[in-house]
Amino acid sequence: MLLAAILPLGLFLFPLWKITLEAPQYPTPLGMYIYINDFADANPHDIKNINLMNHYVGMKYIPEAIPEFKIFPAGILITTVIGLLIAFKGNYKWFLYWFILMIVLSSAGLYDFYLWEHDYGHNLDPRAIMKFTNPDGTQMGFQPPLFGSKDILNFRAHSYPRLGALFLALGIGTSLIAYLVGKKSYKKSLEM
Amino acid sequence: MKNILKSIAALVTVLIAFTSCNDTKKSDSKSGALASNVAEKVYVAPGEHDEFYAFVSGGFSGQLAVYGLPSGRLFKVIPVFSQDAEKAWGYNEETKPMLETSHGFIPWDDAHHPDISQTAGELDGRWVFINGNNTPRIAKIDLTTFETTEIIEIPNSAGNHSSSFVTENTEYVVAGTRFSVPVPQKDMPIKDYKGNFKGALTFISVEPEHGHMDIKFQLIMPGFDYDLSHPGRGKSHGWFFFSTYNTEEASTLMEVNASQNDKDFIAAVNWKKIEEYVNNGGGTMMPANYAHNVYDESTHMATSTMKKEVLTVNPLDVPGAVYLMPTPKSPHGCDVDPTGEYIVGSGKLSANLTIHSFTKMLDAIENEKFAGDAYGIPIINFDDSLAGVVEQPGLGPLHTEFDDKGNAYTTFFISSEVVKWKVGTWEVLDRQPCYYSVGHLMIPGGNSQKPFGKYVLAMNKITKDRYLPTGPEVTQSAQLYDISGDKMELLLDFPTVGEPHYAAGCPADLIKPRSKKLFPLEENNHPYATKSEADTKVVRDGNTVHIYMTMIRSHFSPDNIEGIRVGDKVYFHVTNLEQDYDVPHGVSMIGANTSELLIMPGQTETFLWEPKQEGVWPFYCTDFCSALHQEMQGYVRVSAANANTPLKWSLGEDIE
Repeated sequence: MLLAAILPLGLFLFPLWKITLEAPQYPTPLGMYIYINDFADANPHDIKNINLMNHYVGMKYIPEAIPEFKIFPAGILITTVIGLLIAFKGNYKWFLYWFILMIVLSSAGLYDFYLWEHDYGHNLDPRAIMKFTNPDGTQMGFQPPLFGSKDILNFRAHSYPRLGALFLALGIGTSLIAYLVGKKSYKKSLEM
Repeated sequence: MKNILKSIAALVTVLIAFTSCNDTKKSDSKSGALASNVAEKVYVAPGEHDEFYAFVSGGFSGQLAVYGLPSGRLFKVIPVFSQDAEKAWGYNEETKPMLETSHGFIPWDDAHHPDISQTAGELDGRWVFINGNNTPRIAKIDLTTFETTEIIEIPNSAGNHSSSFVTENTEYVVAGTRFSVPVPQKDMPIKDYKGNFKGALTFISVEPEHGHMDIKFQLIMPGFDYDLSHPGRGKSHGWFFFSTYNTEEASTLMEVNASQNDKDFIAAVNWKKIEEYVNNGGGTMMPANYAHNVYDESTHMATSTMKKEVLTVNPLDVPGAVYLMPTPKSPHGCDVDPTGEYIVGSGKLSANLTIHSFTKMLDAIENEKFAGDAYGIPIINFDDSLAGVVEQPGLGPLHTEFDDKGNAYTTFFISSEVVKWKVGTWEVLDRQPCYYSVGHLMIPGGNSQKPFGKYVLAMNKITKDRYLPTGPEVTQSAQLYDISGDKMELLLDFPTVGEPHYAAGCPADLIKPRSKKLFPLEENNHPYATKSEADTKVVRDGNTVHIYMTMIRSHFSPDNIEGIRVGDKVYFHVTNLEQDYDVPHGVSMIGANTSELLIMPGQTETFLWEPKQEGVWPFYCTDFCSALHQEMQGYVRVSAANANTPLKWSLGEDIE
């Protein structure tokens, strides 16, 4: 359980997610890492160049900072502290509660990310230089996929979790294992 | 009847035999395996890169062209000594100082012999040096930006031809005078040339880290014509060799009068000895006047400084530093093999190639095997430095380079061919024709301890019927031969920019990884740089107006300007805010008496516009930058000289 509580701290070292944009004119694709507290260029100036591309279709600039950059790190720190307390004090049942807490929080985080992406891809400047519509006449959106790959005009967008997300998942998974192991040994102790 | 049938049958058989025989021959010569094999050897598939860079001098174009080998594709023409309106070289305010000389601004020169910097006798791919022949100058091109970043004028020199060759650690780039002149210059009768004119051999030190050039010393030699030169390497490192002609010291009808002596000289200069001499305070400081122009990548600007003195050395003051090796008939090339042992003299008017031995030369010096002296400089006995002779290899030998297998390749101008011969045995191994009248040739690294002996590039002076005609003036050309086998094989024949006097080749891997993609905006220290649209402005100072402008896809900021008056001097200082690879923007103003600007990402450039008429005058982007390139435009309102239109500028809204 100690391990489970510490592993999510890897989010402070490694990016959570990466969005990559490929196009013929970009033999080196444009890319953006999403950290728990920052957006970062995959290669120098990538975000600036993504913004430059996106202004043609009226998308907003990727902000320097978003409120989540403060909330998420705080959330991770708090859950880690809780996890540590449980690891030292709590019994195995608490391991399960922590596991459920983390699943809920992570899902909320993903949903938040989806909302931001949706807004970013659909809330377009009405004075956009180029306006595209879907075959059914509705305004075309440019939302990158939450997970996976997708064609957006001349770009192919990829969106996949990175090492930080792996650490989080491992931490959550480890807490479940800790619960199961704890439960087993508790039952054994009852039998004895 | 039977007989007739028989004879017809016989005839048909014979005809069939002949026909099929003809067919076989045809397929052999035209569509055989050989021809397609040659095409494959120079084919670089779309999107793939060549194996070598070739920097080919532009001769009278004054520039340096960058090709890929083996494809022969042209990538860039680097402006060096000539104004280039395409790149605003010598037109924008930043680069005008690069073409300053002691004679004022000179928009042209004759660019001859590129040479790539070396470390430990091998190519290092950092810089290319090239000489301006007419108004003597040496330029340095930075191979991270492929731009000319320094030009130094050579005083006391004229026809800067035996240049610009580097020593094996790029300690020096050397510039020798082809025409001897009065030193210092003075008004005197031409007929008094003999004994009074001098030939300056200039050693320019190259600062190891940044490559800054500075004239260390000038060796003031007798008044011969110093034609070409090459450094010693390996065992002969520390020496430099110069070919000479006109040892007759004639000054008129040179084609006859400079061709009288049976032998001219290769001058051997122990520069290490002279360096030690000047480091210990030797030499004479002489008043001079020459320009030193330096381009600073951080300010994106050049400055020109006039230098006022130069250190000269009289060869007689440094005993043991200079010797003369007799070499038949006006030698042109003076080429040192990769081991540094052999110095090949190509007597233009001689039937043979003359090869001197460095070891024998040292022995002759040691034992004073001299045949006299010229103005006090010892002349070594011809036979005592002679290593061997390549007998009758061709007519009009000019220049030799070497592969990595102990072979040498010499061009013959008159017999129009490249001849391969063995170093040491001096036997001729192969010859291939050139189309036509070849000058120099180049093997990548062929002027270093480590040649890359896969290709030789021959550079031709004449093409006549080789390409589609273009009126009286037709192209010069280069021809690529495969030299990886025993026999040379002609692979490719391609036109060149200007006249290719010489080239320098380098494996692409030494240069490609260091090639810059853009200039970081935060490192831009141009005094008129504008790093964001918020900082753009227009400032009037009397009749001078400075416009601090930016460009980014797909607009200028500001793009509406009012309050300019007829008679103003308007400086457009334009910064490209892009930070993406291969997104330059251009800018041009109607009626500006200068070229466009072509500005790389992160760079600032300036042009001057002096409006002469009232009106509203547009400017626009000249490089197709983006989907909205055609919309990248703006207006300047010009009012009468005495008008009171207030100075205003804007982007995205009407000027109030």
